[in-house]
Amino acid sequence: MSRREIISGNWAFAEAMRQINPDVVAAYPITPSTDIPMKFSEFVADGKVDTNFVTVESEHSAITACVTAAAAGARVMTASSANGVGLMHEIFPIAGFFRSPIVFGLVNRSLGAPINIHCDHSDSMGERDAGWIHLYCEDAQEAYDTAVMAVRLAEHDNILTPVFVCQDGFITSHGFEPVEMLDDETVKRFVGERNARYPLLDVKNPVTYGSFASTEYYFEIKRQQVEAMENALKLYDGVAREYEAVSGRYYPMLDAYRTEDAEFVVVVMSSAAGVVKDVVDELRDKGVKAGCLRIRMFRPFPFDGVAKALSHAKAIAVLDRSLSLGGTAPVVSEVRSALYRASALIPVQSYVFGLGGRDFFPQNARDIFTDLEKGQIVGEERYIGLLE
Amino acid sequence: MTDKMNSAAMAKPKKWRDVPMAGVAFGATAEAVETGQWRSIRPLWDSEKCISCLICWNQCPDRAVTTDESGKVTGIDEFYCKGCGICAHLCPKDAIEMKPETDFAAARGDR
Repeated sequence: MSRREIISGNWAFAEAMRQINPDVVAAYPITPSTDIPMKFSEFVADGKVDTNFVTVESEHSAITACVTAAAAGARVMTASSANGVGLMHEIFPIAGFFRSPIVFGLVNRSLGAPINIHCDHSDSMGERDAGWIHLYCEDAQEAYDTAVMAVRLAEHDNILTPVFVCQDGFITSHGFEPVEMLDDETVKRFVGERNARYPLLDVKNPVTYGSFASTEYYFEIKRQQVEAMENALKLYDGVAREYEAVSGRYYPMLDAYRTEDAEFVVVVMSSAAGVVKDVVDELRDKGVKAGCLRIRMFRPFPFDGVAKALSHAKAIAVLDRSLSLGGTAPVVSEVRSALYRASALIPVQSYVFGLGGRDFFPQNARDIFTDLEKGQIVGEERYIGLLE
Repeated sequence: MTDKMNSAAMAKPKKWRDVPMAGVAFGATAEAVETGQWRSIRPLWDSEKCISCLICWNQCPDRAVTTDESGKVTGIDEFYCKGCGICAHLCPKDAIEMKPETDFAAARGDR
């Protein structure tokens, strides 16, 4: 029997971890993801999981322990945020390269300095080329469901790639809302057992991880990671449909809200999508053909799906919750690329919002749609809610 | 993707898909890895001068010094020798001389 409880995004993720019952969790707490290892450590202390919980002295050690445990053949999970994610940076590409199917609760928080603790996406965006799958969740329910689904995606034999399950710091991680959870047995059956391909602990078939790859093979092994990403794009929906069969909830890689005939579309990720969808409903009632495209899977990036969802638009706004200082913000950069690949030269306006936890209000979304309707598209990025 | 096998039996990959996933080396050994490719200087072993004291055999980091069943030095395995020159440096009889690989370029068919 599934059950419904009022819990936070962090607790929802920790509950999923309890049900997944990973072999190893190595974690070092940092706000706003602290609740995840904290809650999980209670499950360990209460004997509710069989996990080897490794308490380490830094995030660098946490992710290193995760990678080595995954190479040993274990099912591994962890969590972090912000500068903790930054300290792990060196090890993320190694996890990707070793094809360590770690499921990682990434609770988005601004990268210091200045120290801030609140939500934006600068931490995960710094890791977008690390060889990890990136999934961005809108609410606590989705964080729970995605954690369970991510195990299957990460460990799929044709993917074998670690997954970041991102949720917005404080907004989602600390906001309490009703979350429906599956019963333990259903989750256990859904995730199954990890069947590692080259586990270090298989002493009858010994392998070495981490040996030197000279100029003659480095490139080739990277190409295999590209293929794994291509496979993730192809295989994602099968996992999402299987999850729907046990949960009744379906999460496509792109959450296209009233975009079928939309002339004005706002593209956004994570919790801010809720605000945008409300404003879309409001504008639709007034006869404006508004839509919202929420990108749930950022890596691998679903270029074709994005171009298709935006194909009817007259003008598009892309909202980034991070900057690329001196460059183009990450989401708009990919969206423009998707449109160009599809030869769809639709005007795109780039907006940066919500840095360091700056609130995003319905009026902000209304103003963006007004810009689109009036054709106020400029080359430069615009800043929402900035004192100016 | 290559199946589980001992790397000694593994053919040299010709296409990117043939390289073992995650760069794993099978059999927990680098036996099949041709470290000799890295060599820029080559040891020339003189059987006349060699007394088979086995200092080079003992110190070679790649176990590239070959011996026969009786423990006598028979030469240097160029598949593994990466040309560090430790053997030549340690040899009490100056039986090993290091020569630049460019001296052998013509024999190797380099252009």
